[in-house]
Amino acid sequence: MIDVVYRLTAPGMFEVACQELELDGRQVLIRPRWLSVCKADQRYYQGNRAPEVLRAKLPMALIHECAAEVIHDPTGAFQPGELVVPVPNLPTQFDEFIAENYLPSSRFRSSGFDGFTQEYVLSEPDRLVRAPEKTPPEVSSFLELISVCMHAIDRWERFAHGRRERLAVWGGGNVGFITALLLRRLYPGAELTVLDINEEILSYSSFADRRLHVDQVKLSGRETLCDHAFECVGGAGCGPAINQMIDCVAPEGSLALLGVSETNVAINTRMVLEKGLRMFGSSRSGAKDFDRAARLLEQNPRMGQALGCLVSDVVDVRSVADIHKAFRLDAQQGFGKTVMNWNI
Amino acid sequence: MIIAAIMAGGIGSRMGSSAMPKQYLPLGGKPILLHTVEKFLVHPQVEHVAVLTPRSWISHTKDILKNSAAQVIEGGETRNDTLWNALRYTEEAFGGEDDHILITHDAVRPFVTHRIISENIESAQKYGACDTVIPATDTIVESRAGTLISGIPERKTMFQGQTPQSFRTRKLRALMERLSEEESAILTDACKIFVMRGEPVAMVTGETHNIKITYPYDLKVAQALLGLDPAEGGAL
Repeated sequence: MIDVVYRLTAPGMFEVACQELELDGRQVLIRPRWLSVCKADQRYYQGNRAPEVLRAKLPMALIHECAAEVIHDPTGAFQPGELVVPVPNLPTQFDEFIAENYLPSSRFRSSGFDGFTQEYVLSEPDRLVRAPEKTPPEVSSFLELISVCMHAIDRWERFAHGRRERLAVWGGGNVGFITALLLRRLYPGAELTVLDINEEILSYSSFADRRLHVDQVKLSGRETLCDHAFECVGGAGCGPAINQMIDCVAPEGSLALLGVSETNVAINTRMVLEKGLRMFGSSRSGAKDFDRAARLLEQNPRMGQALGCLVSDVVDVRSVADIHKAFRLDAQQGFGKTVMNWNI
Repeated sequence: MIIAAIMAGGIGSRMGSSAMPKQYLPLGGKPILLHTVEKFLVHPQVEHVAVLTPRSWISHTKDILKNSAAQVIEGGETRNDTLWNALRYTEEAFGGEDDHILITHDAVRPFVTHRIISENIESAQKYGACDTVIPATDTIVESRAGTLISGIPERKTMFQGQTPQSFRTRKLRALMERLSEEESAILTDACKIFVMRGEPVAMVTGETHNIKITYPYDLKVAQALLGLDPAEGGAL
């Protein structure tokens, strides 16, 4: 069948293209319904990527965060009309030790090949996760982002020592908010601190025990702020945040790095060594992280409601002009997610 | 019920060198008609798809659609006759007393989108009838005698008609029954039946790529839209 694809050809320019989808009796036909704009998509749209990257990757359909409706499933795993969340990471091999999202052979939607700004999409059944019940579809649209935070927590649980009484999250933006909310639910007894440079953004994390402006952190002597820390700052703020985390974490603590920095970051390795800290990176997620995130939301419907405050705009999209509108609105947001109600 | 009637009644006299009706020509290795039917079969709101085709092509059409849920029925001599057949089939198959939504669509418009179909259903339910249109980009010139221009309407009030055209069946029947023979003979557009009688017809915004494959040039455009090499399309 003919599928209409909306591809970014150059920063700020979309083209309408058509392609044939071959229903092969093995893949599930889904229709994207709710699409969430990610900062990575916004960087392509704005042209904030190196020219050689843009040349290599465009034209390409953007968006890797999506909730979709099942149209037809020849395998019988899903029913028509079910809301699912497609996993944008598509592994081509299995590795005993390396997770699917770290395998160089894996492909990722809206980074190298077409994302979800399409009329229909064909997906392998194992790349679909049922959207959590009682969670608004706008929130399910960014389950991918929630799964990324879940993946980082999952890794932290494997790497970090067992004293988890004081946890801290640097950065109160989308990733920091979600990470802190997940930690609140998974470790209700821990003292949870969220730190940022923006008081307004900090105020969203009302569930945290402490919300601190980074300038408010004053430690004396051997005093520490937390047992483990999560960096969710990214960008130019990465360096100062990581170095403050190194200063604030107790010896043998773990530092989870989630923020993307376009430049190299200088860090205080002397103190990393002296304290015996563990730092680990985390990027993207796999199908099991989606599943764990979805089930956690299902068991805690109030979390879905709390995540609803991240939805800053819902744009009804029926034309290319509406896609531009969504991206331009999103570019003005300091906090929150722009969701497209995909009616195209 | 929401029923799609794919109008494959034409014999393709404008297609030029090909003897085969244009809806059966291959596009990307598959007949144009099949592409069109698939768009309606996968739409969750469309409950039944009927394909109306010339009698002599029924067997061929059934072969093409043998693996699909679409029903093949006989079309008519004219567009109007085909529309009547679609209406009668709908009433016989799904009840004449009930009010159904009938979505009529050209078999040779395979680039119809999910949105256009959804908005047709919504508008037909709300207004009783709707037409799919796009704003005219060329200036429209009117000439009654064919030699001199008799008028140039303001372009911003002009739209180009596409399909689908969708209707509530009871109202469509009532209006079609009132057509005189003369009116029936000259009517090439179902929505005009409503407009002539002062009945509302809503406009659904189409797409420029929702093209009708009428001429060889259109098939080349269709192949290009699908990213195919027209030189290898080989249908002409």
